[in-house]
Amino acid sequence: MVDATYDIALDPLARSASLRYAAGRIAIYSFLGFFALIYLLPLFVVVANSFRELPEITRNGLIALPHSFSLKAWPQAWAHYCVAGTCEGIKRNFYNSLIMTIPATIASTLLGAINGYVLSKWRFPGSETLFVCILLGVFMPGQVALLPWAYILGNLRLSDSVYGLILVHVIQGISFTTLFCRNYYVNIPDDLIKAARIDGAGFWRIFAKIILPLSPPILIVTVIWQFTGIWNEFLFGLVFTGGTQQPITAALVALATSQMNAHPYDVASSAVLIGAIPPLLIYLFGGKYFVRGLTQGAIK
Amino acid sequence: MSNALSGIEALRKSAPGRDALSAWTPRLVIAPGAIASLVYVFGFTLWTLYISMSNSTMLPTYRFIGLKPYFDLWSNHRWQIAYGNLFYFSAFYVVLTLAVGLALAIAIDQRVRGEAIWRTIFLYPLAISFVVTGTVWSWLYSPDAGIEYFVRGLGWHDFTFRLTTNRNTAIYAIIATGIWQASGFAMALFLAGLRSVDPDLVKAAQIDGASPARIYRKVILPSIAPIFVAVAVVLLQFAIKTFDLVVALTQGGPGIATTFPANYVYDLMFQRGEMAVGAAAAIMMLLALAVVLAPYALWTGWRSRQAAARG
Repeated sequence: MVDATYDIALDPLARSASLRYAAGRIAIYSFLGFFALIYLLPLFVVVANSFRELPEITRNGLIALPHSFSLKAWPQAWAHYCVAGTCEGIKRNFYNSLIMTIPATIASTLLGAINGYVLSKWRFPGSETLFVCILLGVFMPGQVALLPWAYILGNLRLSDSVYGLILVHVIQGISFTTLFCRNYYVNIPDDLIKAARIDGAGFWRIFAKIILPLSPPILIVTVIWQFTGIWNEFLFGLVFTGGTQQPITAALVALATSQMNAHPYDVASSAVLIGAIPPLLIYLFGGKYFVRGLTQGAIK
Repeated sequence: MSNALSGIEALRKSAPGRDALSAWTPRLVIAPGAIASLVYVFGFTLWTLYISMSNSTMLPTYRFIGLKPYFDLWSNHRWQIAYGNLFYFSAFYVVLTLAVGLALAIAIDQRVRGEAIWRTIFLYPLAISFVVTGTVWSWLYSPDAGIEYFVRGLGWHDFTFRLTTNRNTAIYAIIATGIWQASGFAMALFLAGLRSVDPDLVKAAQIDGASPARIYRKVILPSIAPIFVAVAVVLLQFAIKTFDLVVALTQGGPGIATTFPANYVYDLMFQRGEMAVGAAAAIMMLLALAVVLAPYALWTGWRSRQAAARG
């Protein structure tokens, strides 16, 4: 180590190489730093402005270091702000999103696990074709499903209801969850299943005793993926619900587009953050699984 | 072992009722989910296809009138703007997202400190909804509070940055925001690819005296080419489905300048009561997806067969 630094100090060639290395490092870090600033700017803006006072925001603009501190915007956004005639904030829409997202995530994940188990370990004539057909649902644009859903939800008396949205998201989600689980279960050795069958274990026993204990990694990926996807969904919420039944994404758009003139950036910032916090928390704590779901969803 | 097996098989066969039941269990179990899924994929598509050839307006009717709604759609000025926007957006969005994603991935791959932190920063937009993204960026683009206001405050008083208020530039606001949202996704996949390149190949090139830039160009990037294609296909899919971002960012405006196909479908079906034409537009979206995905599916199938043939 001592020798090496001594060499560099003496040898002009080595010194220029180390200079070039330092320049390269600076270039890389400034490049990453520049992009990190752009990436973090919107987050900084909403967090900062949810704690600033509105007059100060209007005076200094959105992009500014806070000169005032206030917690007023949060309860306003949560419980008092008026959107489209009702002045209850977005708490009801937040609950709607929870009521919609949690059951839809659980149901679609369970169905996907069972589908994936059958399609990988209990193949029957035509099961591969069936898998491909289910898979097509991943690519279906929601627009193609709008009219059929409107008709079905209307006949089930589930239009303008969060429960209708649960149904929509479960059926739409089956394609994703089946894809994830099937591709994971395929890699579980068939010999394990064969051995269990020889020991007399049946369909459900093998699922409970062999497949499920091996499943946590893929189930976490699937749950994270479904939760963020359903929470963030907008089109179905917009079309099939209104007013107090709307999920939070639809309510946020209503809030952001309703009052264009005197824009209440403080309250809107808190509202936007409330809508973004659940998926952000999931991303921060389950980031590893989030990325895994991404790569699996994209490449397979 | 085989004796024991055949013994068990014999036992199994002695209980035919149970055997038949257990043979059917998997099919019975998968039936509800599979049927729902098949109805969703094929039933819904055919349904919308039929509506797109009917004379439905405010409510669905089932009188078949052939391709007339499609002709109505394609002769419609707003639809022409919408698919023009889609092509324009897709080209910039896909190419620039790939470029930014690759640049970030290569930079992070240079053994930088705090890799996990950089990755977290670049990837977090993907966890957030387009609604949130679009809303916040629409504030940042707004002249009276956002970026323009900020730069003027720094002392550059005639600085103008008004993408969203000009019908010719509003599309660039959507492109830029789309890139902001998706380039972390491209980065994550490229980074995984860069890490999976055979280190012996890279070493061999280094021993031959190739410069780092040359090694990237000639050795590393060609070996992750399939990832480029995969990411591009996913991004094209995002582009075709673009809806929320436009609603939250520009509401399709100024005027109708940033209408996208998905937004127009919604308008036709639920705002204007032109259900058949809206269904025709939805079918066109499906066709666009098929045009992107079918060649990709064929290509990946062909590649995996090649790989299997090579052993």
